[in-house]
Amino acid sequence: MRSLINFLLRIHFLILFILIEVFSLFLLVNRNNFHKAKFINSTRQFAGNFYTKTTNLKQYLYLNEENQRLVEENNRLLNIIESTYKSDEIFFRSINDTIFNQRYKYTPARIINNSINKKHNFITLNKGSLQGLRPEMAVVSDGNIVGVVKGVSNNYSTVISLLDLDLRISSKVKKNGYFGSLNWNGEDYKSAILNEIPLHADIQIGDTIITSGFSSIFPEGIRIGFISDFEEKSGSFYKIEVQLSTDFKRLDNVNVIGNLLQTEILEIENQTIKND
Amino acid sequence: MIKLFPRYLITFIVLVFLQVFILNNIQFSGFINPYIYVLFILILPFETPKWLLLVVAFALGITIDLFSSTLGMHSAATVFMAFARPYVLKVISPRDGYESETLPQLRFYGVNWFLKYSVILILLHHFFLFYIEVFRFSGFFTTFIRVVLSSIFTIVLVLISQYFYRKDTR
Repeated sequence: MRSLINFLLRIHFLILFILIEVFSLFLLVNRNNFHKAKFINSTRQFAGNFYTKTTNLKQYLYLNEENQRLVEENNRLLNIIESTYKSDEIFFRSINDTIFNQRYKYTPARIINNSINKKHNFITLNKGSLQGLRPEMAVVSDGNIVGVVKGVSNNYSTVISLLDLDLRISSKVKKNGYFGSLNWNGEDYKSAILNEIPLHADIQIGDTIITSGFSSIFPEGIRIGFISDFEEKSGSFYKIEVQLSTDFKRLDNVNVIGNLLQTEILEIENQTIKND
Repeated sequence: MIKLFPRYLITFIVLVFLQVFILNNIQFSGFINPYIYVLFILILPFETPKWLLLVVAFALGITIDLFSSTLGMHSAATVFMAFARPYVLKVISPRDGYESETLPQLRFYGVNWFLKYSVILILLHHFFLFYIEVFRFSGFFTTFIRVVLSSIFTIVLVLISQYFYRKDTR
């Protein structure tokens, strides 16, 4: 017994190292499950406070460009609201109750922390559950895709950026509707790879790629980017390189899109799977 | 040992802040990200108990992790580096060993020794970190370049930091 204890004492460094290392790797592998944990939530709140302060400072530098962008967006939106069109009282119209039929709800938010040089990039937003954000909501910037909300605390939330090796987005070619799954290539923050588009699909360089709307997260038609290159992969699919239309390096204001029917969609999908 | 504690605590906080709020925002072409916080493990006293080394490394790593939403990644790499430290110190020890009352820092053992010491440990740390981040060996070469470029930057920063100490204090 004594010799055993002596032996353990002698190699305690190695044992402790292995224990801590295994624990770290365990945390790493289960990374995504911990976003909901209480402890992580409170540190998010703490870090969020600091990030807000530094971001306030940084945003001054980009105020000009950001204003320009918002003015353009405003202008575009003003052009499509009803009041700019001529009223057509003469004809009968079916009344569409927009509140009752509303499917997506937009919440504006600001980015307070962002990274592009990791393999799993995260964005922190300055709004959280108190402002109505929930996990699995879509994040867009001026109609361009940004990411998916992963964890929320009271006033802050973390977003999995599109620049994450594990995130797959159901997307389609705008002009003909062929759909596939889009995935970041892990190297360049400006491009991603679109797979599963069949060879008989007619595609050209410059075609627009948008979200398909098949997942319950993203609405249809959120812009992802443009085809910059494509090649035949072994099998019957294209491997398409997409140039992202979002500039992840300069993101500031974003919109968070909540799908009001998400639970209903998931419920019926789960039911169908169960019935099979 | 005990009287060094406050200074190391301050160094810890300063390094974490520097890393999280300044260096994590440096993004040269998505390739280079220096990790200055490993300096803390480098400059711990020679007499630090080995178990304490691991515990401190874990605390440091997990703090960085919590701030950058990379749970487990930095802690794993930093603990690995701390584990390697005693062996590296043994391998590169000067002929008559380390004197007591000194710290593993540039002003005690010179540029040559310190450069050797920090390059080995920083490379180990960065290799572990970047490969664990990608979690796959495809694109081996790209990751390798990231390791080397980021290591160079970290090493430069670590060297600069060594000239910040006043000569008269220890």
